[in-house]
Amino acid sequence: MSTIFILADFAGDKATKTTAELATVAARIGTVTAIVFADTGKGAALAATVNQGPIASVLVIESADFAKHGVPAIADALANLVKGKSPAALLIASHVFGKEVAARVAVLTESGIITDAVDVSADITATQLVFGGSTTVHSKVSKGTPIITVRPNSVEADLSSASPAIENAGAEIGDAAKRSVISSSQPPVKGGRPELTEANIVVSGGRGTNGDFAAVESFADSLGAAVGASRAATDAGWYPHSHQVGQTGKTVSPQLYVACGISGAIQHRAGMQTSKTIIVVNKDPEAPLFDIADFGVIGDLFNVLPQATTGISAKKS
Amino acid sequence: MKIAVCVKQVPDSWAEKKMVNGLLDRVNVDAVLNDLDEYAVEEALRIAEAHGGNEEGGANTVTVISMGPERATEAVRKALSMGANDAILVNDGALAGADALATSAVLAKVISDGGYDIVICGTESTDARMSVVPAMISARLGWGQLTFASKVAVDPAGKVSITRVTEAGVDEISAAFPCVISVVEKINEPRYPSFKGIMAAKKKTIEQKDLAAVGISAQSAWSQVNDATPRPARAAGIKVTDEGSGGEALVNFLAEKKLI
Repeated sequence: MSTIFILADFAGDKATKTTAELATVAARIGTVTAIVFADTGKGAALAATVNQGPIASVLVIESADFAKHGVPAIADALANLVKGKSPAALLIASHVFGKEVAARVAVLTESGIITDAVDVSADITATQLVFGGSTTVHSKVSKGTPIITVRPNSVEADLSSASPAIENAGAEIGDAAKRSVISSSQPPVKGGRPELTEANIVVSGGRGTNGDFAAVESFADSLGAAVGASRAATDAGWYPHSHQVGQTGKTVSPQLYVACGISGAIQHRAGMQTSKTIIVVNKDPEAPLFDIADFGVIGDLFNVLPQATTGISAKKS
Repeated sequence: MKIAVCVKQVPDSWAEKKMVNGLLDRVNVDAVLNDLDEYAVEEALRIAEAHGGNEEGGANTVTVISMGPERATEAVRKALSMGANDAILVNDGALAGADALATSAVLAKVISDGGYDIVICGTESTDARMSVVPAMISARLGWGQLTFASKVAVDPAGKVSITRVTEAGVDEISAAFPCVISVVEKINEPRYPSFKGIMAAKKKTIEQKDLAAVGISAQSAWSQVNDATPRPARAAGIKVTDEGSGGEALVNFLAEKKLI
């Protein structure tokens, strides 16, 4: 059976559920080897957290250059591994870091790349949802080692416990991958709310908030949801730009998306229309977003949301 | 300093997009300069202005580099009207359907031949949304990669420092010239082209080159679309009017769907 590489995904010093998701998909194609890049002396501890999903082995590569040079150094070492061991495919999580590593490995190994897959079949055909989820595309890599980045949260992870064999390999990193130097790194600031793109529930506010997100935030907190915003709201400076959902912002695909005071231009839809359930609250009965809502409330969000917040809190207590 | 900015013409992000024969239909749709590239053009101009300007006889030049059909001159012209000095457009029929790898190979060759100190890109195009081309250019050229910058500081003596902001956190990164930068949205407020800028841009040179002139051969896409199907449109569900109990109705819906 062929070997499939996955790049183990970590948050801090722990493997994420995304690692198990990558393994779940990779196991359809072949035997899974998870690659762990670590600072000198830190590999064993990181590898020990790669303990969920159908993972047959973990390959640990340690070097002080990974923390010092970031993406280019990791990509260089990974490309050299791919060249040496010729896996049948390489799967990586589809976030900024993962896509940049994939991009560089594709160049270095002369391989085709597919990003933002939501699924990969046993014959290494990737499924993508493009144009804001309006179109399903199936595609295949036709050159080199298929390099596919898979969106977190898009496949059901096999979370069975794993006790993979752990091996070590040396890092081969060329000088060209050491040209940018990281002088300091801060982990992401964790607010009380979940990360927008990983949240199961997202509550977003738009023009209808008139700049007052308090009702949106309270409702989001009652659901344990992340808070998003439309471009109109972020452009007006009402909410940080990092929370913008839409074509030029983030794409989210939660179990539940609640749009409050957002009319729903194509620009916004493109960032949220693959959400499983969509609820819309808007004063304007003609708001286009009602057309794709599973449940719509025509009403003022400043009346509807506080009542809903109270209702949810009552049910929880 | 010689600064290059990579830009792309894309379908208007407000327009409906369709696939035709496995490729994005770029013909029957309004086309604009990729929103996210405007931040790159603005940042390049600000860097030039902060270090002696890019006016005639100034210390710096800002060159726009793009790949696309004849029509892409419109997007390139917009970047010129913002204040860039000149432009190179790689226009060759063999590039239709080029993937990110082929695109990055062409751009890297043009950049390498131009002898630039820094190259600035947007983080992604609003059509393909892969976010991979800046990293690919950096890998191909072996230049420092300073991507997803929310802040850029340039020392004209030959060093760039950036603040990189991603979901993984905040990093301070620096590299010597030459290097590849990508800037995130909202790093700056892109200027609107002035009337004077628009008039001046009409006289600026857009050098169009085919692949032979660039000195690179066409590379076919290394991934192929098997099929592309529009997903069924979502149907509207229940709609209620708030007459004092809209919030309760919403909670009941959530409970029914077992979402709470």
